[in-house]
Amino acid sequence: MATESVPKTATDHTLSELMTVQAARELKDGDVVFVGIGLPNLACNLARATHAPNLVLIYESGAVGAVPDRVPPSIGDPALVTGSLMVCGMSDVFQLVLQNGKIQVGFLGGAQLDRWGNINTTVVGPYSQPKVRLPGSGGACEIAIHAQRVLIVMKASKRTFMEKVDYITSPGTRPGGQPRGGVSLPGRGPVKVITDLGILEPDPQTGEFILTSIYPGVTIEKVKENIGWPLKVREPLGTVAVPSAAEITLLREKLDPQRLHIK
Amino acid sequence: MKDKLLSMKEAVAGFVRDGDTVVIEGFTHLICFAAGHEIIRQGRKDLTLARLTPDLIYDQMIAAGCARKLVFSWAGNPGIGSLHAFRRAVESQPPTLAIEEYSHFGMVGRMCAGAANLPFWPMRNYTGADIPGSNPLIKTVTCPYTGEKLAAVPALRPDVTIVHAQRADKTGNAQIWGLMGVQKEAAFASKRVIVVVEELVDEAVIRSDPNRTLIPAFQVDAVVHEPWGAHPSYSQGYYDRDNDFYVKWDKIAREDASLKQYLDEFVRGVKDRSEYMKKHPGLAERLKAKPSVCAGVDYGY
Repeated sequence: MATESVPKTATDHTLSELMTVQAARELKDGDVVFVGIGLPNLACNLARATHAPNLVLIYESGAVGAVPDRVPPSIGDPALVTGSLMVCGMSDVFQLVLQNGKIQVGFLGGAQLDRWGNINTTVVGPYSQPKVRLPGSGGACEIAIHAQRVLIVMKASKRTFMEKVDYITSPGTRPGGQPRGGVSLPGRGPVKVITDLGILEPDPQTGEFILTSIYPGVTIEKVKENIGWPLKVREPLGTVAVPSAAEITLLREKLDPQRLHIK
Repeated sequence: MKDKLLSMKEAVAGFVRDGDTVVIEGFTHLICFAAGHEIIRQGRKDLTLARLTPDLIYDQMIAAGCARKLVFSWAGNPGIGSLHAFRRAVESQPPTLAIEEYSHFGMVGRMCAGAANLPFWPMRNYTGADIPGSNPLIKTVTCPYTGEKLAAVPALRPDVTIVHAQRADKTGNAQIWGLMGVQKEAAFASKRVIVVVEELVDEAVIRSDPNRTLIPAFQVDAVVHEPWGAHPSYSQGYYDRDNDFYVKWDKIAREDASLKQYLDEFVRGVKDRSEYMKKHPGLAERLKAKPSVCAGVDYGY
């Protein structure tokens, strides 16, 4: 085979590719991950194909250790069943697995997010007279409560990163104004918000999400323009390692060749 | 046990009544569209429709005027976006559909309580969320042993549950593989149960693999043999999900007129599922499952 020189870092990548790669790098080998469709699914598959071959993917539909050979269009796709390690009913998924503390990482996203990491996927406007009725919780509320770490993956925008969400579907770092802990909130809650511009993490003292690292070529001003609360910036601000050529090739050629989720 | 084999028309006529709480379960997998369509054809009304994910079938039943109320935990078109008939009904002023909303775990708990013949189900959930604030039926209970405050959801006891299965015998011993959702709990919680199957098999086939039986005959009132009865949902080992149709539904359901046209042609305009299939030439070839057969197990002793 001819030895072509492959650059170690990808010279071109889109912001959504960068976001997927950052999410993948948050996953540790052996983590048990409660995963949805879209970017989180891709991030898990990327992690599995690179640094975390022993990642266990669990879908709320009941597939455990799924190894889908196509990009699943829904979390109940038949490709999640074929070749998986276990298929169980949803009563087992939510009680024996999630409530019993077996999930290390849960992925969430939503239509609205506030500085405490509260997520709204239920309504825009008042609950009884919604301007826009969104799908609702699904399993998101209980994932926010029970997963040991929650990763939020959302593109930064003033329309979605807001001072106050219209409805709390999934609680963040300070439910009811109090720090987490105890049996009713066993998970750590959201530990990172991975955006297409940079990464937000909660301030250890206050639980407020602040900018902790920024992507190459992105300015702090640009991030602030897209966040709806007065965004604090950690000193020193970190940068992230750009995707490797291997990561980008996997995403483009193997994991999402039709560009269903990555633009 | 007695032969419970009925046509879909007979089963719906006999077991689904106006005003009933109806559960057509199946999480993405094995959603019995054929039964929903027959309920629409027979003009059932004032139904309380309950399931975790209303999916396109309840969107269609809401649009057709069957529903008074929806009980649910995630009302979207999976992987696509909105259920538009549902949205129009709840976004209109005043809303034309009542809702009772939980999270998935909440709905699972309601089914578990119903199936176990208990009044409620406790869980660690909802702290810091607005869901109990918008649904007063979610309450708290105190553990009598530890004093811990737990969330509680009320038992769901449907009047009728309809479960699609890969196969059953004519008495209703139903076998399911692949995603199982909450079908078992929904069936045991329900006063009446209709099982709809891809294949009708001899009791000997059931007895050869008893671990595969999700619902036993004594819990079943009617058995309907309806191949392709889950389309556009899917049946593992039989046919794939019609993902293209889920995409198309987004456009069909956006306007009342196009949705009505769909119901007139594919639901009210056919007399049963076999006529529905005749209106979809090439569908069986396009979606038929590629085999992936397991090795089987030894039940000997």
